[in-house]
Amino acid sequence: MIEWFMMASWSPYVVGAGIGVLIWTAFLLSDRPLGCSTAYAKSAGMVESAISPKDAERMPYYRKFPPKVDWQRMLIVGAMIGAYLSAYLSGTFTILIVPPIFGDVFGMDPTLRLTVAFVGGILMGIGARWAGGCTSGHGISGTLQLSVGSWIAVICFFAAGIVVAGLIYGFSFI
Amino acid sequence: MTCERIRSNSWAQIVLGLTSGLVFGFLLQKGGLTDYGVIIGQLLLVDFTVMKVMLSAIVVGMIGIFLMKSAGAVRLHTRAGSVGSTVLGGLIFGAGFAILGYCPGTAPAAFGSGALDALIGMIGITIGAGIFARLYPTLDRSVLKWGSFPAETIPELIGLRPSIVVSGMTILIIGLLYLLAVLGF
Repeated sequence: MIEWFMMASWSPYVVGAGIGVLIWTAFLLSDRPLGCSTAYAKSAGMVESAISPKDAERMPYYRKFPPKVDWQRMLIVGAMIGAYLSAYLSGTFTILIVPPIFGDVFGMDPTLRLTVAFVGGILMGIGARWAGGCTSGHGISGTLQLSVGSWIAVICFFAAGIVVAGLIYGFSFI
Repeated sequence: MTCERIRSNSWAQIVLGLTSGLVFGFLLQKGGLTDYGVIIGQLLLVDFTVMKVMLSAIVVGMIGIFLMKSAGAVRLHTRAGSVGSTVLGGLIFGAGFAILGYCPGTAPAAFGSGALDALIGMIGITIGAGIFARLYPTLDRSVLKWGSFPAETIPELIGLRPSIVVSGMTILIIGLLYLLAVLGF
């Protein structure tokens, strides 16, 4: 059993099936789909509340998603710890700032990679809330409920992602 | 019913959120989805790990959720989308996806496995969510309402029973996964 947890990687089908079962438990025990991006809106709301409680209270978006620590926030905390455990058990935990593929093309300067990651994150945060979900909320939880909007969302995620990744690294299929 | 008591207990929900996150992060790391190279590889169409994981999760999740729904144990959580919200937001998200190389779920998991750029990405996502919250009143009056989709779910859209759509979708996805394997991806 323990050898299994120490393996560096599992079959993508096993991982996918595991996530599917995890979503059953989220529906059954928490009456909610598994989504990650709402937690970031709540974090933003918590920061705004800390700076100016009156302004944050007046903002309609934070009334819709009240800034508090709940299931969704804890999901993000758990994901960090779970991934750490997995990497630690398989001995693959490595601190890195510049991913190898990025470094090969753009150099190992950490400032460049962190700036790019920051800008990409901002776009992603705006887009996720704009579309009402992310790769997990729309891409898995929504599509498996056969939601029309979620299937359209995931197609748009990948369509734009493929174009922009191609512009950055060159289109491999041309 | 015990499920109702667990659902309404906020402490139980915090513990469940943490446990679900633990399992989720563990699975994402074991699946390689915490690796920037795997995400970019999918977007460059040279590594299909992301698609295999997502499609497997969709098949298993879908069958279980619809079975539990017909037993009355769970309800669906779908929302109507629109061109202005889903398509525009989806395209902005996709651009961010390619630039960051992680998503809101895999970023914390990547950070947990040692990628410090993922932490900066998470700070960016939070700021992006904050920017959206400020734009929300204006956007909600205009662009988010443009071109509402005619139905919330595929069974409603095409007028077939959910069980038939679930069966069809299962065959389609397993076929697609089989095709990917045959093509050597």
